Amino acid sequence: MGITFRKETFRDDFTFRNSPEHIRRFPFPFNEDSYMYAVNIEPHVVGPKGSVLENLIDVDEHYVAEMQDRALVLAEDPLRCQSLPHMTLAGWDLLELLMEQQALGYPEHFTLTRDGDRWRWINRPLGIDDTFTFGDTSTLPYGPMEYITRQSQGDFCILDQRDGNLWMDAGMVTTQADWSLDFDIGMNFFEWHAPVPLAHEKGIFIRALKFLTNIQQGKPARRLNWTMTINPRLDTSPENYHKWGPDRATVTPENVGDKVHLRVELQSFWRLPRSNGIVFPIRCYLIKMDELVTQPKWARRLHRVIRDLPEELATYKGLTRYRPTLVEWLSKLDDGSPTSPGFGPD
Amino acid sequence: MSTGTTKLDVVVSDVVPVNDLVTRFHFRRRDGELLPTFSGGAHVVVEMRDGDRTRLNPYSLMGSPLDTREYTISVRRDDVGRGGSLFMHRSVKPGLEMVISYPVNLFSLDLRAKKHLMLAGGIGITPFMAQTAQLAGSGGNFELHYTCRTASLGTYADVLQQRYDRRVKLYHDDRDERIDLDRLLSTQPLGTNLYVCGPAGMINWVRDRAAALGWPSETVHFEHFAAPQPGAPFDVALAVSGKTIRVGSQQSLLEAIEAAGVDPPYLCRGGVCGQCETNVISHDGKFIHNDHWLSEEDHRSGCKIMPCVSRFEGKSLVLER
Repeated sequence: MGITFRKETFRDDFTFRNSPEHIRRFPFPFNEDSYMYAVNIEPHVVGPKGSVLENLIDVDEHYVAEMQDRALVLAEDPLRCQSLPHMTLAGWDLLELLMEQQALGYPEHFTLTRDGDRWRWINRPLGIDDTFTFGDTSTLPYGPMEYITRQSQGDFCILDQRDGNLWMDAGMVTTQADWSLDFDIGMNFFEWHAPVPLAHEKGIFIRALKFLTNIQQGKPARRLNWTMTINPRLDTSPENYHKWGPDRATVTPENVGDKVHLRVELQSFWRLPRSNGIVFPIRCYLIKMDELVTQPKWARRLHRVIRDLPEELATYKGLTRYRPTLVEWLSKLDDGSPTSPGFGPD
Repeated sequence: MSTGTTKLDVVVSDVVPVNDLVTRFHFRRRDGELLPTFSGGAHVVVEMRDGDRTRLNPYSLMGSPLDTREYTISVRRDDVGRGGSLFMHRSVKPGLEMVISYPVNLFSLDLRAKKHLMLAGGIGITPFMAQTAQLAGSGGNFELHYTCRTASLGTYADVLQQRYDRRVKLYHDDRDERIDLDRLLSTQPLGTNLYVCGPAGMINWVRDRAAALGWPSETVHFEHFAAPQPGAPFDVALAVSGKTIRVGSQQSLLEAIEAAGVDPPYLCRGGVCGQCETNVISHDGKFIHNDHWLSEEDHRSGCKIMPCVSRFEGKSLVLER
């Protein structure tokens, strides 16, 4: 069998869609009718079949299109991928992790064979068949991090751990929600979280850092984060604000269902074995309102969450301009009945 | 034990006496697969089933991180300790099946360093065996200064000199050879990171001199796993679990808590990682803090204790566990 990869775009004509099966597997991030920050971190273990957690690194029907979009972003702006010189070893760690996990989860699409340091990597969806020497950068067309993250969905931040802190010293970031690797590179955990409102007062970052610096090899962790994006754009970077920022003024009662997308990030955290760094894959999932409301529970609950969101959070997430239009549209799908516990659709 | 790291089922593949005090142990996976990759400076926690008690001791991995067919550790026999090293020396033979933890690294190389200056004392050489192998494999710049009591107790000194020649400098106590520390620290190129592993006195000496000579603290790395010290038995009330336990003279507080069926988190069991930090609810008596985790202020406050290495003398102690 295997995955049927969609032909679609995340820009210009925006042909991105989720198939009905993919709507049901969408990682809906709200398990109750309201939302506030929490250190919602849990062990990253394999979840139910058919969910985005069926494998620890998820590959889905958008894989090929997302990798094509990433290549376009990088062609325009190579600074979306950066690695400080001391992070090359961590890049090899990440290459091994992603090749292993993709080959394990999707053997019909990816194959990794190793003969000592001689490795062969076959990526059928992208038509790649490369043999290289593990640890020898000259045997790959890009550095190890760039090579593998041009073939893996989601953004990747590689963090160096030293002096009791985490430092964002490498990354491939092309599908971000309004932040920039080029701005954050070299910053520590507190520095790159400085713009986030409310959470500092709650001591969330101190607890989160303590947790993250203790992540152990063989025991990854995960959390969900969310925001909203107008049109199915993967690249909503500060560098391209002039392209996507004005979209927020285009939401009307007629086009809400098609234009407004819930954007969910499945963030996972892994200790890397050779470098002792931590990699932080941020996998982005998009779903338009018309698709989301095919699940009545999600429609009711999202209405209540967005309606009651604290003002600072709505501003931080950039919803202010279209929130009334969205809430009004969603309210028609909320009959006031209770929502069932848990994240999944009924 | 749900709260430590992931476990590995291993078999002892070789036991090699190194000198009068030190024995090396080799482990392979029982299923024949490769062991997890690790980084220089990492340790594993070895579970020792000694009759009806289980000891958990951390030991640095000393093999090359480039070869994970087997893990090797070196254990220095301590005749007056609590018995973990004696158990390893007396009872662990090739073929024995054991359980060890995944590697954990609390003594990681700073890969930004232009040069790695390493200072080892005695059995403190073990993490440097792996770190030097890692650096040598990637062309890293390092220099190792190793002090030992006598040439015959210079564990792996011959191996290191053979491998790295003049990058290794030996100092023998019985010949009154001593590291000229101030000179060494004040003549390093900019961008050097300093690593020290050995007895507590040596670590304190090196850290103090480095600070006095203006080394930024983030360039000074040290590892000292304090073995839990024996002492007088004492009683502890665990408020959350509602249990009262007795800590035996040869037992650590952490081991006593575990024996009572409570599973506190831990990683190093040597007073450095901070995982088992526990709030003190009330006490009437004196703490014997042996850890390197809590600040002096924490020690004085009487509000926190590291149960892996610290003890108590007095009338009553209530912990939030």
